[in-house]
Amino acid sequence: MFTINQYVLAESLEQAYALNQSRINVILGGTLWLKMGRKKFNKAIDLSALGLDTIEEDEDQFKIGCMCTLRQVETHQGLDQHFDGVVAKALESIVGVQLRNGATVGGTLYSRFGFSDVLTVLMALDASVERYKGGIVSLADYAAMRPDNDILVRVLIKKDPRRASYSCFRKSAGDFPVLNCAVSKLEDQWAVVIGARPGRARRIMFTVGGTPSEENIQSIVETVRGSIPFGTNLLGSAAYRRILAEVLLRRNIEAILMGGAQ
Amino acid sequence: MIINLWINDKEFMDDVAPDKMLLDYLRSKGFFSVKRGCETSNCGMCTVLLDGKPVLSCSTLTVRANGKHIATLEGLQAEALEIGGFMADEGAEQCGFCNPGFIMNVIAMKRELKDPGEDQIKKYLMGNLCRCSGYMGQLRAIKKYLAAEKEGAK
Amino acid sequence: MKVVGQGVRKKDAMSLVAGKPVYTDDIVPANCLIVKLLRSPHAHALIQDINVDKAEKMPGIECVLTFRDVPQSRFTTAGQSYPEPSPYDRLILDRRVRCIGDPVAIVAGADEAAVNKALEAIKVKYEVLEPLVDFRIAKDHPILVHPEADFKTLIPVGADNRRNLCASKQFEYGNAEEEFKRCAHIIEQTYRTKANQQTMMETFRTYAVMDVYGRLNVTSSTQVPFHVRRILANALQIPKSKIRVIKPRIGGGFGAKQSIISELYPAVVTWKTGKPSKMVFTRQESFAAGRPRHESEIKIRLGADEKGMIQAIHMDTLWNAGAYGDHGPTTVGLSGNKSMTIYGQAKAYKFDYNVVYTHTLGGGAFRGYGAPQGFFALESAVNELSDRLGMDPMLLRMQNMLCGGQVGHLMHAYDEVEPLSSCALERCLAKAREMIGWDEKYPSREMDNHKVRAVGCAVALQGSAIAKLDLGSVEIRLNDDGFYTLLIGAADMGTGCDTILSQIAAEALLCDYDNVVVQGVDTDLSPYDKGSYASATTYMTGMAVVKTCETLKKKIIAEGARLMGRSAETAGFDGQKVFALDGDQSISLKDIANNSLLGWNRYLAASEAHSSPISPPPFIAGAVEIELDKLTGKVEIIDFAAVIDCGTVINPNLARVQAEGGIVQGIGMALYEEAQFSPKGRLYNDSFLKYKIPTRLDMGKIRVEFESSYEPTGPFGAKSIGEVVINASCPAIAHAIHNATQHYFRELPITSEQVLLSMQKKP
Repeated sequence: MFTINQYVLAESLEQAYALNQSRINVILGGTLWLKMGRKKFNKAIDLSALGLDTIEEDEDQFKIGCMCTLRQVETHQGLDQHFDGVVAKALESIVGVQLRNGATVGGTLYSRFGFSDVLTVLMALDASVERYKGGIVSLADYAAMRPDNDILVRVLIKKDPRRASYSCFRKSAGDFPVLNCAVSKLEDQWAVVIGARPGRARRIMFTVGGTPSEENIQSIVETVRGSIPFGTNLLGSAAYRRILAEVLLRRNIEAILMGGAQ
Repeated sequence: MIINLWINDKEFMDDVAPDKMLLDYLRSKGFFSVKRGCETSNCGMCTVLLDGKPVLSCSTLTVRANGKHIATLEGLQAEALEIGGFMADEGAEQCGFCNPGFIMNVIAMKRELKDPGEDQIKKYLMGNLCRCSGYMGQLRAIKKYLAAEKEGAK
Repeated sequence: MKVVGQGVRKKDAMSLVAGKPVYTDDIVPANCLIVKLLRSPHAHALIQDINVDKAEKMPGIECVLTFRDVPQSRFTTAGQSYPEPSPYDRLILDRRVRCIGDPVAIVAGADEAAVNKALEAIKVKYEVLEPLVDFRIAKDHPILVHPEADFKTLIPVGADNRRNLCASKQFEYGNAEEEFKRCAHIIEQTYRTKANQQTMMETFRTYAVMDVYGRLNVTSSTQVPFHVRRILANALQIPKSKIRVIKPRIGGGFGAKQSIISELYPAVVTWKTGKPSKMVFTRQESFAAGRPRHESEIKIRLGADEKGMIQAIHMDTLWNAGAYGDHGPTTVGLSGNKSMTIYGQAKAYKFDYNVVYTHTLGGGAFRGYGAPQGFFALESAVNELSDRLGMDPMLLRMQNMLCGGQVGHLMHAYDEVEPLSSCALERCLAKAREMIGWDEKYPSREMDNHKVRAVGCAVALQGSAIAKLDLGSVEIRLNDDGFYTLLIGAADMGTGCDTILSQIAAEALLCDYDNVVVQGVDTDLSPYDKGSYASATTYMTGMAVVKTCETLKKKIIAEGARLMGRSAETAGFDGQKVFALDGDQSISLKDIANNSLLGWNRYLAASEAHSSPISPPPFIAGAVEIELDKLTGKVEIIDFAAVIDCGTVINPNLARVQAEGGIVQGIGMALYEEAQFSPKGRLYNDSFLKYKIPTRLDMGKIRVEFESSYEPTGPFGAKSIGEVVINASCPAIAHAIHNATQHYFRELPITSEQVLLSMQKKP
């Protein structure tokens, strides 16, 4: 359990950012992960009063505020009608609705959890994040960066006609994924994302015109297995993850070619 | 920090430590239906409604409930006895320790989902663990409850 | 029957579903001291020095206790009848620590924050020693877990602490080697199971207060209140008369609470300080310092003739007791005695076992109490035999297993030799076969999308109380207006024994279920009962209820007759009134009751005890259909059909839910539950984050039916059901996975990774 000396309901992002420059202060997400640690914080900064808990949708994109809960994202009607409903699919097996009513998009993405289904699926949708000082950066780049003292303000998802599919493997429901995988196709651009390796999600882009042949798919599989490192932990071995990577990848590709998330 | 919040429609004003979790605050105020079953947000035993949404009170800072409305089973007794009656008719309540968190989430589900099928019910209630019952009796009870609700609404 | 056989609501159901404050931590007095433990980070060490000076003086701290402050007389924490088979190998706090998590100091203070600070201020100097962690090399290993001179066993269980033996035994009926020589087929395999955690939803917790008589009152979430009283007296070295134990509602136990775990520490704090104190285990503590199911390695030789008649069974069991004996010496026996018994026509049974000490978390009681491990091994061997013979596994079982026709035959491999008293197993298996659609589905069917469906089966039994040893008594009083108070010492842990025993009483007393009020357990007020374990409350305590009702009815008739001016032989009782057998006279129970409280009449109450000379086995036949994903190795449970013979079903709802709950626990044990330890003995998965139990999405359909025999020695023909229900899941699922993959899986849990990696090799 963590400890806090003072709780601050931020009145502006500027105030929040200024406070967050101190290493013994922290910005609160859903506090689920924070609670399992033992850190002693001075000030805990809450962004809940800054209107960042909404999902805005216009012609071009979705703008998801960092304080939106996973459940809000999962149940957003507009988002569900895009990308073959892949976002809801990725989120709905995470522990339970109660947890998803607490966990925030900002907290999840900032933490860059290895096991994160959110990170995997949003990387496949080529999402970007808007940082308070650091501007907009692609989520793929953001995921590779080290956590810093900037604030993740919003997640942006362009509305494009890409097809997408999400697949994950768990030993039992409610467990961490042994591996997860999201694939999207926009014209000839295929984005393949593998997460819970157990490391955080990694993305590889492929260019394949038309319908991929078995050779194309085999080549994608080999590239993924060759360049993305897999590891061993209590959930499974690297060897097993390597096998699962191909299975999940092929399932996603097949689903996209058949016209929809599985 | 001084906060005020509503618990079961009754207003409370208190000076609480910034890192006190809502679960401990609620139990300190005598709302013993809210249980702790784990430290890792996995079991669902601590489920309460926060402004109508089911959340884990073990993982919610009390200060973040400032100005908000919380419902525990103590404030939903009529519904608890109704849903609980169906559980009792299956023998599914067993040791009872998971019941409050479970029934809170059933109440949330009933309010959020319209006419859920078996798969949807299971998915919604997935975050509520039970070690006694094997879940089948709980499902029988929920289905009968929802059917009775539907019948009553006609 | 009017009440027995009805699915009535439990007496406490509506309080539980309404979330009433009825559990230990809901009723604890305000201003209790909070008690926590400093625990050893080493699996094996000696405390050279422990300095609590700073901790003791910190604000809010009431006391800090070390090994110097507690009695030095060893005891056991196993809740068993005295003299316990469990070695007396434990102290409240010891200088030698024998597993990670072993208590080193007890801190009591005003609140959790103060106690946590004090814990950090305790300085311990350990001499860290080499731990012995692998149970396969523990016997006769030079590193001794219990080298102490005052290690003792009260009854011979084959313990030898100089050899790291907690218990050992050899048993033989007939001549196994001779029989094996004649066998046409012998299956010889080794099977392995791991430690599993009970994960009852309410963790261990206790509070203690001193009462007005200067006695220690302990309220605890326990299955064994009377054993708690005795064990605390032993541990504290105070007279048993100084202790009272109260059991409120409990949030589950499954055997975990058949050991004395959280009780010791508030007891010693309150006894020493005179102040109320409480201890609530965290979930992490319940995992890392609980009492999981014992890890086992079971070698089996199973011999049969050409026709598939089993001639001889030899089981050689290695059992990991962990750091302390607890239920080690007693669980191991069931691995062989329960499993081999189900094949009652063998000519020879041989059973050898060794229970060894290691520097890992000590095991304890968990539903099935050794039988699940044994049935996994033996039923798996029987399934391998069916493959060897090319015979349908259900037919192989039908011709070998106990059945109704063998009632009266002696069960030679059983814990105590006794005759089979009731059995409907053949009806159970036939029905399970039909329910699952065995003929269409055995062994497997290829599905689309790289999946295969397969079926598997297993049979199992358990016991009903421990023959001759277990004792339960009840008292029933007739009150004003004719309602009854049923006082029991049996501990309802959610199973509903309060309700079951009330149903039995109401049936025997010919009254409404609501006319019986039940209360338990308080060791000062309740009649003695050994507690809720070994599947005893319905069968054994239920018979105490029946006997008590018979005695009370006789008294009611005698008193009613007397009030009518008649002799007792000329009167009868129909539950509502005592009436003349030969005329119109009658007197209502209400009048008898109200009169009985007047000095010139007779007050009416009765109390009888019961112990059974036999332990009639309940039976289960389980058949499961799985769907296996050949690309990932994932096993989904599609359908589990279980048919149970528990004798007369007292409450079909409660019996069904017990079965469903046990089957699902077995699914977890089969597929993913495993307490995983580091090479140095640290538990890796000490939270629900990492130790996963089945969620409601992890089982498909579970269907339970009953085929009842009539057990003449049980209340209204009942046997037990609490434990047998977990025994079929593991072997049936392992069988189905074999049928899907042609590979044998002889080690639990059978994870998807193991399935997949096996499939990549040749069968």
